[in-house]
Amino acid sequence: MSIETFYEVMRRQGISRRSFMKFCSLTAASLGLGPAFAPRIAHAMETKPRTPVIWLHGLECTCCSESFIRSAHPLAKDVVLSMLSLDYDDTLMAAAGFQAEAIIEDIKKKYKGNYILAVEGNPPLNEDGMFCIHGGRPFVEILRETAADAKAIISWGACASWGCVQAAKPNPTRATPVHKVITDKPIIKVPGCPPIAEVMTGVVTYMLTFDRIPELDRQGRPKMFYGQRIHDKCYRRPHFDGGQFVEHWDDEGARRGYCLYKMGCKGPTTYNACSTTRWNGGVSFPIQSGHGCIGCSEEGFWDKGGFYNRVTDIKAFGVESNADRLGGGVAAVAGAAVAAHAAVSALSRARSNNDKNPGGN
Amino acid sequence: MAVQVEVSGAAQTAAGRTVFVYEAPVRLWHWINALAISVLAVTGYLIASPLPSQPGEASDNFLMGYIRFAHFAAAYVFAIGFVARAYWALVGNHHARELFVPRLADREWWAGMRQELLWYAFIARQPRKYQGHNPLANLMMFLMVTLGSVFMIVTGFALYGEGGQAGHWANVLFTTWVLPLFGQSQDVHTWHHLGAWMMVVFVIVHVYAAIREDIMSRQTMIGAIINGERTFRS
Repeated sequence: MSIETFYEVMRRQGISRRSFMKFCSLTAASLGLGPAFAPRIAHAMETKPRTPVIWLHGLECTCCSESFIRSAHPLAKDVVLSMLSLDYDDTLMAAAGFQAEAIIEDIKKKYKGNYILAVEGNPPLNEDGMFCIHGGRPFVEILRETAADAKAIISWGACASWGCVQAAKPNPTRATPVHKVITDKPIIKVPGCPPIAEVMTGVVTYMLTFDRIPELDRQGRPKMFYGQRIHDKCYRRPHFDGGQFVEHWDDEGARRGYCLYKMGCKGPTTYNACSTTRWNGGVSFPIQSGHGCIGCSEEGFWDKGGFYNRVTDIKAFGVESNADRLGGGVAAVAGAAVAAHAAVSALSRARSNNDKNPGGN
Repeated sequence: MAVQVEVSGAAQTAAGRTVFVYEAPVRLWHWINALAISVLAVTGYLIASPLPSQPGEASDNFLMGYIRFAHFAAAYVFAIGFVARAYWALVGNHHARELFVPRLADREWWAGMRQELLWYAFIARQPRKYQGHNPLANLMMFLMVTLGSVFMIVTGFALYGEGGQAGHWANVLFTTWVLPLFGQSQDVHTWHHLGAWMMVVFVIVHVYAAIREDIMSRQTMIGAIINGERTFRS
């Protein structure tokens, strides 16, 4: 079997040359590359052999897949799946059983060191990984084997990137993010619960087009999508700066679309592209729908207490409190201690004065 | 540079003596710092727990903007003041160094610490007299002012750099490594908030201790940080 290029695959799928060029321009624009890059993307797609992608599912809820297949980027719905050369994805593929599992072995042999491993979900490590079984074996084993010959790994979503709800305290299955299990491969984290569809396709397109991983920040996330906070591009930001807040869910501020900061919006602490690219083809995003951001692309968002508190909980020493209650409490204790100490000081001073000058002063 | 060992009963701390302790830059820094911390504490609290919602058009209001501006401006004063104070520790007199280098290896210093604790527990009848800080005060200053300021400056500028975004000096110098160190932005916010309360506790104890020592230790405290001279009374 000769290896097809992306362009050939797309043409075979009935995509016109014109639509293909439009896709290239839009991809260049969505990657922030400028019009000069559209021909380069086209050229790469016409000449480069497809890079196969193996998409594994560990402990997860499949919301990443659900998001991904809804990529409303022009052509994405019909094309990106083919373009991706998604050779293995047990949720989406027609094959099942031994035939399906044989594909992994095939790709590992044929494309050794040249395929991309996309991981949705994470491996649980407790009980030798028995909490997640893939084809009769612990998922963590499949993950290690498949990662061994991969060129790079994409960690889809909060599960693969950070652990997510299955890793919430006390994490009984010891669900562990991918980068703590696989340490010898470049890993691109695409966090979010789920990540934005266009961000997912954007990351994959970038990697296939330029044959390298996108520039990452220190936490391993692509800078182009995770370089800014929701807050930095939020359309309600003027209300924040003006001090106009929703105080209750049913108040006038909520009706007028004021800032959701006081309702616990995590926009100021969350790095993601929601306020820029939005969701469902740019229709909306949580804040636009009147609900604060819950910070689903940030590490540990599931263990930070209420989604509706601005100053969040601190759970050290088993005490559930927040910085204001804790700090204010300590300050009150310090104040009371100072007052008590002052009183005792005054007494002891009065007594020593009496000792020095009995009967006077 | 020889560090003078000050023990109680030394000639310099005899009743009626006056020694020059705090040079002008130290005193100036103290009061600027006090003002900056006051502004930072109040505006910082209002950033985490904003005032009631403002009426009218968003374009007619900029309350959060002004509060944040005051916080950031005071933060620059606080940080630059701290750097200047650290510089003065190098070129100023030996009292100016106390905040930065507590004499942790000095047995006499630890003996003084014990004495101070006894004095504060109402067990010792008389405190020792020091030209500069007593060891207990020195240790508290080092932990809460010196290390506390560094902590607040580092976490504060890390949060400030988030707004500045990639390429902003604070983002490059602080945000890029402080956020992963603490976990994520929200954790840094929480720690910065706790640090602020630590500063409030420090101020409460500091003001009390200064007034108390001024009255009960027979030496000027409040006057010393105003005119620089410490007078010992009988």
